[in-house]
Amino acid sequence: MSTPIVCINAPENPVEDFLRTDRMPHIWCPGCGIGTTVNCFSRALLDSKTDLNKLSIVSGIGCTGRVAGYVNLDSFHTTHGRAIPFATGLKLANPEMTVVVYSGDGDLFAIGGNHLIHAARRNVDIKVICVNNLTYAMTGGQTAPTTPLDVITATSPYGTYDPAFNLPYLVEAAGAIYVARWTTFHVKQLARSMAEMFKKKGFGFIEVISPCPTLYQRRNKMGDALDTMKFYKEVSKTKHGTPTAEVGLSKSGEIIVGKFVDRERPDFTAMMHAHLQQTLGEKYIPVEGPVCS
Amino acid sequence: MHADPVGVLTGAHFLDGDHAACEGAIAAGARFSAGYPITPSTEIVERFSHRAPKIGGTFIQMEDELAASIAILGAVWGGVKAFTVTSGPGFSLMMEHIGYAAMTETPCVFIDVQRGGPSTGLPTLPAQADMMQVKWGSHGDYEIIALCPNSPQECFDLTIKAFNFAEQYRVPVFVMMDEVVGHMTEKVVIPPAEEIEVEPRRWTSADKSVFKLFAPCGEDQVPEMTRAGEGYKVHVTGLTHDERGYPNMTPAVQDRMVRRLVSKIRDNAHKICLTEEQGIEGADVVVISYGITSRVAQRAVENARAEGLKVGTLRLITAWPFPEHIIRALAPKVKGLVVPELNLGQMVREVERCAGGKCKVIAVGHAGGTVHDPDQILKAIQEAAR
Repeated sequence: MSTPIVCINAPENPVEDFLRTDRMPHIWCPGCGIGTTVNCFSRALLDSKTDLNKLSIVSGIGCTGRVAGYVNLDSFHTTHGRAIPFATGLKLANPEMTVVVYSGDGDLFAIGGNHLIHAARRNVDIKVICVNNLTYAMTGGQTAPTTPLDVITATSPYGTYDPAFNLPYLVEAAGAIYVARWTTFHVKQLARSMAEMFKKKGFGFIEVISPCPTLYQRRNKMGDALDTMKFYKEVSKTKHGTPTAEVGLSKSGEIIVGKFVDRERPDFTAMMHAHLQQTLGEKYIPVEGPVCS
Repeated sequence: MHADPVGVLTGAHFLDGDHAACEGAIAAGARFSAGYPITPSTEIVERFSHRAPKIGGTFIQMEDELAASIAILGAVWGGVKAFTVTSGPGFSLMMEHIGYAAMTETPCVFIDVQRGGPSTGLPTLPAQADMMQVKWGSHGDYEIIALCPNSPQECFDLTIKAFNFAEQYRVPVFVMMDEVVGHMTEKVVIPPAEEIEVEPRRWTSADKSVFKLFAPCGEDQVPEMTRAGEGYKVHVTGLTHDERGYPNMTPAVQDRMVRRLVSKIRDNAHKICLTEEQGIEGADVVVISYGITSRVAQRAVENARAEGLKVGTLRLITAWPFPEHIIRALAPKVKGLVVPELNLGQMVREVERCAGGKCKVIAVGHAGGTVHDPDQILKAIQEAAR
């Protein structure tokens, strides 16, 4: 039996506290971008000095859906597509919580698309981080509503021919108060953007374009994870404030990144309080937080 | 403990079953409901939307039943008591989250006001045809509790009971109403708050470093609970999980987890099974019924007794877990069991299984969106008595 090597002077990884290290190794493939986004998330929480006891993370199903299981927070791995309505219930019942939904493009925009647009419409105070790898990765790389045209997938063996959603455009139209997009190449910008979003009240959304070297890149002969980073570096253009109608993605074209929407409007709870206060006056008893005996 | 007086409308009221169920939920401590409109259950959340802002509660109308049924689970993990209501197609849509609630041991209440089906079926007319769906509708092995009120008063009483069972066993509990009971208006007496027993959540006081969200505590095998924001940093997943809540797909863990989810209800069935018996001693025939059908059957039983037949009644207040022990004991003592229900044969299968061939079992199925003609049931009683 070999003696374990202990590096007494090795500095602790600054994000280790955020992780359930007893659940490592994780299930993500080598070169996958999800772990990079979790690192950015952890740094954003560090930088914004968020009270981690008052932060909940809610995931749906899929590769990104596994994030909830690896972070050392009150974490909820829900059903496919339904992270947002779960998060809505959690936030309304326990308003002091910061609630982050962390999930993938298929989960949030296909099976969960209806919930996403309604939560944005209501401006529920939840923050959505969407890791967009342009495919259904967990199930083997099938076509997603985000897969660009002319891309080979497990269910589009001759290439895709149905147009993809432009996520920032859709989410802005539905009512989000904060909309940004980065790639996993833009780690500093992504972490800053997350921290900025966490400070806002209302429905915020960040899209992170992320590689799936195992399925998407391999099938489309786009190289390995390093090649994908070089590709992101080459084709990404930071253009804050670009009208979201102009930020749609194609297979090998430009990826416009940056903060597209940053606006104010009262969130669901504020609207509810103000309205009920006005109509019911003294008869109105607001929710005080978790009230279960 | 006693009900919070803030929500309790003590006094005698003239209420329909839907409104009475809403008052039961409030008295039980529910302060959150998410719903989606569907006849004939909508009146329950309409009333809750009216009452909630005055009792420190929240109602949100969601975009569909999938959303409503998981928003309540989010609210429960946020720390409140929560429920949703639906009928027919909406109940079908909620199945996934019934499984999720069972798997994550989330205490919650679903009220299903049954209407005729399949599919869109008979939106405003009664049935009792979701009785197997409520037990088996979501995939996998799990157990639930289902209660069947037969009057507005019971809609109030049993909704409180449903919340209490949900907290006691950390399980989704169902109030299986039917359109007639939901829309029938009768006197409902709401007692003073201090006379309403309310089961508190099984909050843990364990140290954060050792607490396990899914480790069984005590004889009844039910784990203690916490809520988001308490610093326990829990993990809740619909995946097969170990006592910490961590995903673990090994045969041993799956076997242990599923067996406990099932046995925490089956092993405690004698405490959960509520029935009402009348004239069973010495009876040749016993009519087994539930919900509105129990009231229709009463006429048939009285007519049969007038003909000199010895007829008893057994009303299933708890449909699930099924009161197996009662039927097993009854079957050898009678000539026949008659089971009228507003479907073409659901709970009667359980009766047949438990009777085990020891007596006749006669199903009196009924469809069409009406209640039985009591003569249908009378004929079955006469046949059973032969």
